[in-house]
Amino acid sequence: MEAEGLAIRAKDIAMSAIGWPNWRRLNQEGIVFAIAILLFAAAALGLPGFLTADNLVAIVRSVSVLGILALGMAVVIIGRGIDLSAVAIMAMSVAWYLQLLNTGTSDGLAFVYVLAGVLAIGLLNGFLVAYADVPAIFVTLATGSFVFGYVRSQLITQDAVPVPGGHWVELLGGVRFLDIPVEVFVFAGLAFLVFLFLRYTKWGRFIYFAGDNPVAARNIGVPVRPMLVLRYVLSAFVALIAGLLTAASLHSINTRIVNSTLLYDIVLVAVIGGVGLSGGRGGVRNVLVGAALIGILLNAMTIIDIPLLYQNLIKAAILLGAIIVDGIINPRDEQTAQQGDI
Amino acid sequence: MTFRERLQAWRYNLVPDHLVGEILTKRWTDNAIPFLALMATLGVFGSVIPGFFKLTSLQESTRQLGEFSLVVIGMTVVMLGGGIDLSVGSIFALSCFSAVYVFFILEQSIWLALVAALCTGLVFGAINGYLVGYLRLRAFLTTLVTFIFGRALFDILVTAYAADVQLSQASSDVLDFIGDGTFWGLSVSVWLAIILAVVTHIALTRSRPGWHVLAVGGSRRSAHNAGIRVRRTVFMTYVFSGFCCSIGGFLIACRLSGAGPGTGLNLEIMALTAAVVGGVSLGGGRGSVVKGLMGAIIVLTMTNGLIRLGYGTGTNQMVLGILLAVAVTIDIRWLKNRHKVLNEVYVAPVYLKMGETQSAAPGSGTSYELDNRLSAADHIGLGELEGPEDVILDRDDHLYCGTRHGEIVRFFAPDYKRSEVFAHIGGFPLGLAFDKDGNLISCVGAMGLYSVSPEREVKRLSAETARSWTSIVDDARLRDPNDCDIAPDGRIYFTDSTKRYDAHDWALDSIENRATGRLLVYDPKDGSTKTLLDGYRYTNGVCMAHDGKSLFFAESWACRVHRYWLEGPKAGTAECVIRDMPGYPDNINRASDGNYWMAWLGMRTPSFDLSLRHPDMRKRMTRRLPQDEWLFPNINTGGVVKFDEKGAIVETLGDLSGNAHPMVTSMREHKGYLFVGGILNNRIGRYKIEGADPNWTSPASYWGGKP
Repeated sequence: MEAEGLAIRAKDIAMSAIGWPNWRRLNQEGIVFAIAILLFAAAALGLPGFLTADNLVAIVRSVSVLGILALGMAVVIIGRGIDLSAVAIMAMSVAWYLQLLNTGTSDGLAFVYVLAGVLAIGLLNGFLVAYADVPAIFVTLATGSFVFGYVRSQLITQDAVPVPGGHWVELLGGVRFLDIPVEVFVFAGLAFLVFLFLRYTKWGRFIYFAGDNPVAARNIGVPVRPMLVLRYVLSAFVALIAGLLTAASLHSINTRIVNSTLLYDIVLVAVIGGVGLSGGRGGVRNVLVGAALIGILLNAMTIIDIPLLYQNLIKAAILLGAIIVDGIINPRDEQTAQQGDI
Repeated sequence: MTFRERLQAWRYNLVPDHLVGEILTKRWTDNAIPFLALMATLGVFGSVIPGFFKLTSLQESTRQLGEFSLVVIGMTVVMLGGGIDLSVGSIFALSCFSAVYVFFILEQSIWLALVAALCTGLVFGAINGYLVGYLRLRAFLTTLVTFIFGRALFDILVTAYAADVQLSQASSDVLDFIGDGTFWGLSVSVWLAIILAVVTHIALTRSRPGWHVLAVGGSRRSAHNAGIRVRRTVFMTYVFSGFCCSIGGFLIACRLSGAGPGTGLNLEIMALTAAVVGGVSLGGGRGSVVKGLMGAIIVLTMTNGLIRLGYGTGTNQMVLGILLAVAVTIDIRWLKNRHKVLNEVYVAPVYLKMGETQSAAPGSGTSYELDNRLSAADHIGLGELEGPEDVILDRDDHLYCGTRHGEIVRFFAPDYKRSEVFAHIGGFPLGLAFDKDGNLISCVGAMGLYSVSPEREVKRLSAETARSWTSIVDDARLRDPNDCDIAPDGRIYFTDSTKRYDAHDWALDSIENRATGRLLVYDPKDGSTKTLLDGYRYTNGVCMAHDGKSLFFAESWACRVHRYWLEGPKAGTAECVIRDMPGYPDNINRASDGNYWMAWLGMRTPSFDLSLRHPDMRKRMTRRLPQDEWLFPNINTGGVVKFDEKGAIVETLGDLSGNAHPMVTSMREHKGYLFVGGILNNRIGRYKIEGADPNWTSPASYWGGKP
């Protein structure tokens, strides 16, 4: 087996030495990037009004919030986890914040409440995953459901909560540099920060170690459990930022977004760009590639005027394709697959 | 006895603490938590909501329960196989739509609608199964995506055809009956759920495909290596789930006569919560249909109850979220810590005040006085043997012993230098005896009573006895068969030392000191095993008296020897013949001069005797200290004792040097020599007995001269 592997690797090296294209090295990120470019070219040629400055800004803007959420998700996924409560935290924390403002709580106090709430949910997620050893999928599914249910039934009165007039969140939505809305800059800034964090800090490298092999990481002294908690807290705060930006651009927050497919879009952006679901692989670049493809696709579909329901169908089909390709490229082995790894 | 000590004796001997541990070893205790939760839920909502238990109210909620239970049964089977199916809501909705479409829009018969629904479910399930089973994708994400896909498709279809369904004139009595009618007081959906639950339960517990599902869920790799078709099994679980959902979808189509945007909404998280709350384990292998159903009732009662109590939007999700988080956490923690809890509570020591004993110290002048004679013994098989608990010689002077590797080793006469593995049985062969036909009978620790013919054919004679009515742990099983002997009529009398511990946990049994040792008899005529005596502290050696009318057996932890009468006026009763010895007795065998040899596996110590009067201390000790710091019987010194027919001690042999035979578990006299075995020894000793009959052999003593 090993000899065979070595032989193949030797053949690879020989092939690349003579300059033939090496299909083995073509990874998911490359494929997705190529598709995104093709799609972009096709849309630029075929769709009127696609290649205008306004539309390009609109594309970037439309994926900004999605991209920000996907950054948080990517950090969690690289550490071999998943955060299904992200959308619930995003919508419900901001809805609660706005509700507090609308009922006359002072801004500072309201913000402290919300920060504390977000921190608490992040800690709860992290604690249950890290210290109670409960699978992340179930923890975050449960807390997501709880956060939505609790805030919707106990703290707010309507599905949609408007931003009070003249509040800084409303003003934030109007801020533009060079005709580009602020969320694009926030997305770019966060992407750069996360990139620095993952690539150049000790803690960022530790996330890869823990995602690749948690037991080995623990054995070499990485504080695997506290860092797990940290990731879920980070993800929760990223969700809060995304929520504030959403509220800024729409002047209100609609909690029904929790029941929409936004959550799956986030996973889609991260996974389709090549962040491996089994952890330890991927980075900010993968998120950007995934966001580019989804942004172009959504924009093109909107321009062609495909109804939202069909857009969901198409997105689901693409996500399914991405997962199948991921499964074929990285097949699971009966001998090494982990028990209970669902 | 002080008052404090008397209180302790009552507390630890009368309160049956050990039952707690025994109950916890049962698999059915897994059901206890969900069952209590079920009772609590029904109790709370039944008392808060007026008319909760009224027939009409129940009928309406059970109708919904029937549909929901069907979905949960499917989910349970998938989870037992180690997967998860989040697309149940979509399959449910799409099947419902298929039935509605065929019936209301195509205006076909209701049966065709049923077929359409079933096909939809099976196809959707097969897609899931193919992706997860054959392509081995991650179940959670894959079914999450097929769920979105199915939901999007359903939303499109419902929007397109809702108006047409409203306008349709189609109607059918069958549909109305399925939707609204009852049969013997129960609605069709409940009947279907009950039938499917029973069939699935039987399939899972008593059929090959069901076992395959549990095997794959329990350990996918082992199932694969055992030759089970893992992929096909996983595939079938998803198809089954699709099938269950499609029936549910068909039922709701009949009940609501249509399909709406709310059909099957949130069903996946409800079904998942129900299965987990019921106690079906994530990751597979543990759970049952009954658990799934308990969970279904809990979840549906809670969500419906909250709606009827008038709580607003979102309450359902909140409650489901809490339920899911709590149930998953309990499930994971319970699985992880169950054995720890069990270890904590299983050992339940009792109070015992050992009687005063005579000293065995050299120079004490008592009949128990140990000397150094055994240190002069020759050794046989030094370094080749591990754990010759018992030794025996046959008519041709060959020497046999068991080893801890589960083998019976034979050393060849006359010099006992050469050896061979006579037979491999497994377990730990302990007591040995030859029957009339030269078969070697052995009590095999952790296995039972076995026979090895002179042709080396291994045969199991007995591994169980009748179960007692009040037992909680299975006391039919022989846990620690220890020694055996054979009566003139061929019946084999043997001991089973403890009911509560496996053979290798004998130290725990000594610390607990609970009297659970038994004397049993195996009758070769009809192959039956009967329990003769029960309630002794570690029954050990057995020896037929020279006249064959009674037998002696040792009670190790109480340091006593009893005589059990086979014939005569006291037949069937036991009496104590030696009590309060300074050592723990092991095997007993006949001596050439009409007396009996008895091994001491270790000596009593004042400290352990004192600890027997402090059960609380021993309990704390087993909980808080690592095993190698426990106080338990000293087995580093022992000896050989000879006693006569009345139980009087004749002489005592020891090895004070501690080099050759510090502990002795067995000895066998043969042609003027004493062969000495010890369960922790690496040799067999051969000691020349002064003045012994040089022609006496044990087989001749039992079965007469050479045939």
